[in-house]
Amino acid sequence: MINGTERILVCCGTGCIANGALGVADAIERELVAHDLSDEVKVDVSVVRTGCSGECEQGPIVRFMPRDLMYYRVKERDAAAIVESLEGEPVKKLLFKKDGETYEHMDDNPYYALQHKVVLKDVGIIDPLSLDDYIARGGYEGLKKALAMTPDEIITEVEKSGLRGKGGAGFPTGRKWRTAAGYDVFPKYIVCNGDEGDPGAFMDGSTMEGSPHAVIEGMIIGALAIGAEEGVLYIRDEYALARDHIQHAIDDAYATGILGESIMGTDHKLDLSIVRGGGAFVCGESTALMASIEGRVGEPRAKYIRSVQRGLFDHPTVLNNVESLASIPTILREGGEAYAQVGTERSKGTKVFAMVGKVKHTGLVEVPMGTTLRTLIYDIGGGIIDDRPFKAIQTGGPSGGCIPEELLDLPVDFDTLVEYGAMMGSGGMIVMDDRSCMVEVARYYVDFLCEESCGKCTPCREGLRQMRAILTDICEGRGKPGDIELLERIGRTMQDASLCALGRTAPNPVMTTIKFFRDEYEAHIDRKECPAGVCAELTQFAIKPDACTGCGLCSRACPAGAISGDRKEVHVIDSTKCIACGSCREACRFDAVLTERRPA
Amino acid sequence: MTEVNHASKIAEIIEAYPVDQRFALAAMQDMQHAFNYIPEEGLAALAEYLGCPQAQLYSMATFYKALSLTPKGEHIIKICNGTACHLRGAMNLATELKRDLGIEPGETTENGEFSVELVNCLGSCALAPVMVVDGNYHNKLRVEQIPGIIESYAASGAEEVTAND
Repeated sequence: MINGTERILVCCGTGCIANGALGVADAIERELVAHDLSDEVKVDVSVVRTGCSGECEQGPIVRFMPRDLMYYRVKERDAAAIVESLEGEPVKKLLFKKDGETYEHMDDNPYYALQHKVVLKDVGIIDPLSLDDYIARGGYEGLKKALAMTPDEIITEVEKSGLRGKGGAGFPTGRKWRTAAGYDVFPKYIVCNGDEGDPGAFMDGSTMEGSPHAVIEGMIIGALAIGAEEGVLYIRDEYALARDHIQHAIDDAYATGILGESIMGTDHKLDLSIVRGGGAFVCGESTALMASIEGRVGEPRAKYIRSVQRGLFDHPTVLNNVESLASIPTILREGGEAYAQVGTERSKGTKVFAMVGKVKHTGLVEVPMGTTLRTLIYDIGGGIIDDRPFKAIQTGGPSGGCIPEELLDLPVDFDTLVEYGAMMGSGGMIVMDDRSCMVEVARYYVDFLCEESCGKCTPCREGLRQMRAILTDICEGRGKPGDIELLERIGRTMQDASLCALGRTAPNPVMTTIKFFRDEYEAHIDRKECPAGVCAELTQFAIKPDACTGCGLCSRACPAGAISGDRKEVHVIDSTKCIACGSCREACRFDAVLTERRPA
Repeated sequence: MTEVNHASKIAEIIEAYPVDQRFALAAMQDMQHAFNYIPEEGLAALAEYLGCPQAQLYSMATFYKALSLTPKGEHIIKICNGTACHLRGAMNLATELKRDLGIEPGETTENGEFSVELVNCLGSCALAPVMVVDGNYHNKLRVEQIPGIIESYAASGAEEVTAND
């Protein structure tokens, strides 16, 4: 029997909601009423809808606290068993299993054991809509300390922590604040960059959803340090849930005197508001973001004058990323030196990554700076889906690069990967296996950037268009000798001559795939072959007769009706009907579908 | 919705904001939300309210992806083409939709029933590939499931018509 209070945490992050978590939470609440525990068990049980617990692949996730029992892949129909297990044995089939072991507690699970949570310490544990929950875990204590300090003391503490901008650029946060604090021009602004646009990255969205007060507390402390009385959170259009939770937190902070005319009863004041992004990737760039807040087209400007001096409405402005701001409360509460205990020589603290793609445990992780890619992918991520061979990991989104197997033991921090032409970036990590075509991946990013380039400067606008044309030709079998060198020349021009960081880093996916996977480009160009079997124009599929069991999975998966064969007989693909989508290869459980070069 | 309603709704949206250029994007997003696109008269009314050239608002309306100047279909199908979904076959979903509906991403069927959009990462990478129809998530979707899904939405539309008759 359990005593006291037990909370049933239901992960209601974006991923789990899409997987039916809200229905699970409702079902558990209904079961609680039906079981009427209050009489029998003398216990106060409540259902809490939390932010992202991290392990999205295994969602929806349900956790008992303080008993620390974690259930995975929960369905509505499991609700009764879960409620019954409050008093008795855990529901075995919902526990985490790996290599024959069953794990009841979160800390035993290898997915979490190697993590170190600072930014995400409350995410997945508190109710993001409850200010009390946040305060109960030390929330706003950092602000209380800051209110008793001078701006200089606050900045010194942040400098001691070694915190660097976690949006990817890695600029020291303390130095940025000190510069802004030095200008005697008012009003000043503090802006939170919540325009997380890298495809495959959802760190900031999950942080805003799961612990909105941490972001707000960080902004208030930043505003005190630089002397700002107005702040704006620029949040991506697609992040409706994050926006709702931040707005709710802002409203609560006003209602309790944390925001507004008198912060916690002091002479300091701060107003915060949300600006909804317009759905433009370039608006993650600082000057474009500020143009967008001002109600203009989100085009960057040349940064002869930095925005800490003249930013929003031409006034001194500090722009920090969500994750950086959410680190600030801990730094103030526990001290900068404590924060700097973790991490590497030049990259302190932790970093949140969204690990996605062909990895077993897709999800959100927070690890000390300097953790190796191999640890991230294999020890935490559980390795590659179906144990296929690893090919590359793409970090840093469209501005980053593809890193091959031989570099997996590099520590991930702000500086190391840059030496190899890639970057840690904001934290998106996309794992690719042998069935991912690196030329096609490069084309994908260039395609994305073509749509997202604002068009203001020529190298970025035209360079991307030409790169797209060349890469499309290569993928569709029209590649010619000299294409690789031409791509490299265009890339170097863009790196040198583009106006903003979007354009300067846009060639990275192309340049790194050429650097590390040149043979794949050559296969496409010289032999008109896609080794990964992805590029449809170069690929045809066939079934290995000796491996086929005649199970029929492939023919059911084929959208073109190109596969025929009787039950338990070898199946055959009609290449005239085949659209080379690869559905059969994904469906086959016996590795019986092979790809070969499509005859010209 | 009648034209009169349009005009009054537009006025209601615009006048909720102070006369300040910085609220132009927010007002246009509200119109997009209310009508599923920004009607021409909406742009004109906002330009007059803010005292700015209509061309300036037009440039914003064509720059930001969240805004559209053409009406969208009754059912909006969004295919997530974030990297995780792309690697797990998002483009095959788009190809299948083209086979079923005869439209490319960015287009609307002639009867105004469906719009198909290729969208940036929706942050549900664990469920890739993801397709969202009218806000409902279809996760880890396989190409062969698409015709059935389309039919279910087309059918729900058809039932409504019958019920009205």
